[in-house]
Amino acid sequence: MQRAFVIAGEDNVATALEELHPGDVQLLGDAASSTAEAAGDVPKGHKLALRDIARGEKIIKYGVVIGQATADIPAGSWVHLHNIQSVYDERSSHLDILTGAPKDTKYE
Amino acid sequence: MSDFNNASWLGYARANGTKGIRNRVLVIYTVKCAEFVAREIVGRSGSPDVELIGFDGCTDNQYAVRQIISLIRHPNVGAVLAVGLGCEYMQPEWLAKIAAEEGKPAEWFFIQDKGGTKPSVQHGLEWTQSALAALKDTPRVTMTFADLIIGGECGGSDYTSGLAGNVVVGRFFDRLIEQGGAAIFEEIVEAIGLDAHLLSRAANDKVRGQLRYTYDKALDYCKHARQYSISPGNFAGGLSTIEEKSMGAVIKSGTKPIQGVLKVSEKPSSPGLWLLDSTPDPYYMDFGITNPSDNEGLMDLTSCGAHLVFLVTGRGNVVGNAVAPCIKITGNADTYARMAGDMDFNAGTILDGSCSIEESALDLARLVAETASGAPSKSEALGHHEFHIIYKYQEKEVPPCEKG
Repeated sequence: MQRAFVIAGEDNVATALEELHPGDVQLLGDAASSTAEAAGDVPKGHKLALRDIARGEKIIKYGVVIGQATADIPAGSWVHLHNIQSVYDERSSHLDILTGAPKDTKYE
Repeated sequence: MSDFNNASWLGYARANGTKGIRNRVLVIYTVKCAEFVAREIVGRSGSPDVELIGFDGCTDNQYAVRQIISLIRHPNVGAVLAVGLGCEYMQPEWLAKIAAEEGKPAEWFFIQDKGGTKPSVQHGLEWTQSALAALKDTPRVTMTFADLIIGGECGGSDYTSGLAGNVVVGRFFDRLIEQGGAAIFEEIVEAIGLDAHLLSRAANDKVRGQLRYTYDKALDYCKHARQYSISPGNFAGGLSTIEEKSMGAVIKSGTKPIQGVLKVSEKPSSPGLWLLDSTPDPYYMDFGITNPSDNEGLMDLTSCGAHLVFLVTGRGNVVGNAVAPCIKITGNADTYARMAGDMDFNAGTILDGSCSIEESALDLARLVAETASGAPSKSEALGHHEFHIIYKYQEKEVPPCEKG
């Protein structure tokens, strides 16, 4: 079964250990439940929402706040630049979602 | 942990009482104009123990001078040759004098006085050969983990860095400190969002004040530069925010109390865990970059006295270090397989369940003991000799701080 890793019990996201597709996901690490369900695709190394997260709610990983939701995130969704942002770093919310490449510096 | 208790090896006894794990001749250029001659001396010496460092600028930036002096005094260095052009601010004679006061064979010259490239290279080579011969007689001394200072930083991080690579380093640092050793971790700009966590680990009120000051300075710096220490590759690798990357980075410090904050080139005054602050100080904050490269970060840790440095890299890096052997650790099994010639250690085994964190930390301890006893790290064997000393403005130590 496809796998994801939960670092701390209170985390609301898990890290995909391989590319995830819709369906059951085995949770390793400090997970409260041993399985979750992916609602869509999640790239390897990216985050999967373990429960519904409302817009404005904190994203918890390692048991600490790593950002906040900029949209309602249903359980099982991919969690990344399109639906969360840093509390500090404004620039990163303008980066390309898949490559991380900057889009605000002109090459001309 | 029996492997920690039993490990010992022979190091090099320095006249100033310190113990080194390498016995190197350091060739230093004091301005970019003198680099070619210094590099020729190093290259033609034919010895892997002759290493090049230098400063590119003509002006004697106090931070850079302090860093070069700290490398002259480094226990892995046995002899020093300073090569100047003849008109720069940085004084090779004074650098050689400091080395001599440490009891290390030392020499200096100006290329202009020697009559140009050929005679300078010739003279430098002859001196270097005599220094290598003299270093063969360096007294040996037994070393254990209690004698070691190890520095750790990460570069090219991905999602595995916070899950495996840095986790294993953190556990190793906990065990190293229990044995009486010292660990230094880098990158306060990669602790953004974690001030409460860091402050909770301060050994006392004084350190709490130091951490508050250092954290606030780093956050100010990032706000001014509108740039946080996170790069396109990190985002592509699954990290979404600087806070997420930060926690993955801070995990490499393990769980021990933080004994204090070091500036670049400052030595830990006692064993235990220390944080290195490499952020420029406020007045000149816009001048210079905090972490221009991993080469620079490793050099900063080395200048604080680290005998050996860890570079934790999820995506892979190839660099080494001129003064302290570099052990490259990845938590990404794919990276380990793809760059097998460069990676020293695979911490990815804790992610596939084939190894516990404790077992992996013990494996790392064995590798550290082997490397300390003289076995070349991958970067040493490949001939990597990176260094990066830059213009920066920093005071010598953290100012007295109010309680955090």
